[in-house]
Amino acid sequence: MALLDVQDLVIDIPTAGGVLHAVSEVSFTVERGETLAIVGESGSGKSLTSLAIMDLLPRVAQRRATRLNFDGADLLTIPARQMRKLRGSRMAMIFQEPMTSLNPAYTIGNQLTEALRCHDDVGAEAARARAIELLERVGIAGAERRLLQYPHQLSGGLRQRVMIAMALMCKPDLIIADEPTTALDVTIQAQILRLLAELKKELNMAMILITHDLGVVARVADKVAVMYAGAVVERGSARAVFKAPSHPYTRGLLNCIPVPGRTAPGAPLGAIRGQVPNLIGRLAGCAFRNRCDFAAPECAGEMHFETPTPGHDVRCVRLAAQKAVA
Amino acid sequence: MLAYTMQRLIVALSVAFTVSVVAFFLLHLSGDIAISIAGPESTPAQVEQIRHQFGLDRPLVVQYLDWLWKAVHFDFGNSFYFRDTVVSLIASRIGVTLTLGAISLLLSLVVAVPLGVLAAVYNGTIIDRLALSFSVIGQAIPTFCLGLGLIIVFSVTLRWLPVSGASTWKHFILPSIALGWYAVPAVMRLSRNGMLEVLSADYIRTARAKGVAPAVVIFKHALRNAIIPVVALAAVQFGFMLGGSIVIEAVFSMHGLGYLAWEAIARNDFPVVQAVVLILATIYVGLTFLADVANAFLDPRIRLA
Repeated sequence: MALLDVQDLVIDIPTAGGVLHAVSEVSFTVERGETLAIVGESGSGKSLTSLAIMDLLPRVAQRRATRLNFDGADLLTIPARQMRKLRGSRMAMIFQEPMTSLNPAYTIGNQLTEALRCHDDVGAEAARARAIELLERVGIAGAERRLLQYPHQLSGGLRQRVMIAMALMCKPDLIIADEPTTALDVTIQAQILRLLAELKKELNMAMILITHDLGVVARVADKVAVMYAGAVVERGSARAVFKAPSHPYTRGLLNCIPVPGRTAPGAPLGAIRGQVPNLIGRLAGCAFRNRCDFAAPECAGEMHFETPTPGHDVRCVRLAAQKAVA
Repeated sequence: MLAYTMQRLIVALSVAFTVSVVAFFLLHLSGDIAISIAGPESTPAQVEQIRHQFGLDRPLVVQYLDWLWKAVHFDFGNSFYFRDTVVSLIASRIGVTLTLGAISLLLSLVVAVPLGVLAAVYNGTIIDRLALSFSVIGQAIPTFCLGLGLIIVFSVTLRWLPVSGASTWKHFILPSIALGWYAVPAVMRLSRNGMLEVLSADYIRTARAKGVAPAVVIFKHALRNAIIPVVALAAVQFGFMLGGSIVIEAVFSMHGLGYLAWEAIARNDFPVVQAVVLILATIYVGLTFLADVANAFLDPRIRLA
C-alpha cells in the first residue's frame, strides 16, 4: 500500500469574482522511500496541493477528494487533534522562504526542540542533543553555539538547513519540500539538494519535492507529476517522462531549458506562447489548449489520461495526433 | 544591547531637557509673574520689589538655568498659594496619580490585548465585529462623560461605590475604569492588527506544520511578535493617562497631581505648575525609555543588532 494516496484532490477558493478552481482532480501516490517531484509554474496549484496534504490550507480554501490516505489513515475524516499529531512527526514540511519561515523572537534551539517536544515526551537535554546531532548532520558547524542564536543572525542557506533539521527532528516518514532552494544562491541550491537526497536515502523517507526547476527533478526524482493550471497533465517515472515527454506543456517546459552543448550559442530560448488561463468559473476541457500547437475541437471536451507506456499517464486526447504531426 | 540602551537614554534625556525648556518659557510667556504674586491691589513699587525679591528682573536664560539647577536637586521653590514647598506638595499628591495611572493602564491592557487577539483569531466573524464596534463606541465617549456616567450608575443609583475621594481602594475603581477606558480602543486595534499580520506570517505556518497546539501557536509564536508595537503604544497611552488624570481627578475629587495642577493653574501658582508639568513629562519620557528597553528584550533583532 502506498504511503500517501491522493485521489481526485480538488481545492476551490471562493473569491469576489466567483469560485477559483485552484486545484482540480489531482491524483498521485507516493511509496515509502520514494521521491515524487511535482513540477509546474507559479499558480499551477503545486504548493496548495502540498498544503492540502498537511491540512495547512488557508481557511477560505475548500478541500475535497475521493481519497486522501496517509499510511492507512484517512486524512479527509481524521479529527483535527489526530491530524496535528501526524503533522511534524510523521509528515514534515520544508518551506520556500527560509528568511521568513523561522520565528524571529525565538532561538534556533527553542524552535528545533519544540518540533520534537510537542510530539514526543522527551526531556530538554535529550531534545537538545537531537537538535545538535541534526544540525551537524545538515552541515552546520558549531551546532551548540547555533542553538543559542536567533534566525536573523543566520544566512539564508543556514536558515534553510535549520528548516531541514527541524523537519527531521521526529524522523518523519514523508517530507514535503516546497521549492526548498528557490530563495537561495545557485551554489547553495546544489548543496541543499544534495543534502536532501542523501538524507532521504539515509532515513528511508518518502519525499515530495515541489519545484519549477526541471533540472532539479532530473537529478533527484523517482517519479514526476507535471501540473498545469491546477491539474496534473503528465505523470510517470522520471525516466519515462524525461525520455518521452508526451504532453505538449511538458515538452514546452523542457524546450525552455538551455542545454550546454546542445543549445546553439545565441539561439533564442524556447518559450510557451500565451498566458495561463484564469481559473475562476467553470472549466471544461484541456486548460492548455489555447497555448497548444496541437489543439483541436475535441480538446474542449471531456479530458482523460492516455497511457503511452505502463506507468506513464498523459492528460491529452490528441496524443495520437501529436505523434502523426511529429 | 548596552549601546542601544545608552542611545535610547540619551534620546530620553534630550527630550526631558527640551520639555523643561518649553515648560519654563511657556509659563513666562503666559503673564507677568510678579503681578500675579503681588496681587491686583498692589502698587507698581510693590510689584517692582517682588520682581527683585524673586529674581524675576534677571535675564530669562539666567532664571531658567537657576531653576533647572535647583530642579535637578529636587528644589522647586515654594508654592505661592499653598504655603508649602513644591516638593512636599508633589510628594503628598503623586501617589494617588501613579496608583490611578498604573491601575488604569493594567485594566486597559487586560481588556484590550485579549480582545484584540480574539478579534484577530476570529477575524471576520461576529466576535471580530463586536470587538470593533466596542472600540468605536469606546473612542467616541469622552473620559469625563464616562466618569460622570459611572458615578450616576454605580455610586448614586446602585450605591455600590463611593462618589469621590481617594482614601480606600474602592475609591479607585470607577476612576480607573473611566481613565483606562480611554486607552482600550487604540490598544485593542493595534493588538488586533498586529496579530492579523503575524498570524499570516510564514513562521506561523511553520509552527503549525510542526504540529504545535493552536493555543501555543497563538500565544507563543504569534502574540510575542504582535505585542512589540503594543508595548510602545502602552507607554504613550500611559502618558496620555497622566494628562487625562487632570480631568478624572477633578471629576472624582481625588487629590492627585492632576488635581494639584488644576488648582495651581487656576491660581497662577507658577512654581507648582512648572514642577508638575516637568514631572509628568519626565515620567512620560521615562516610560517611553522603559518601553524601548522592554522591546529590546522582546525582539532579539533589536537586542542583538
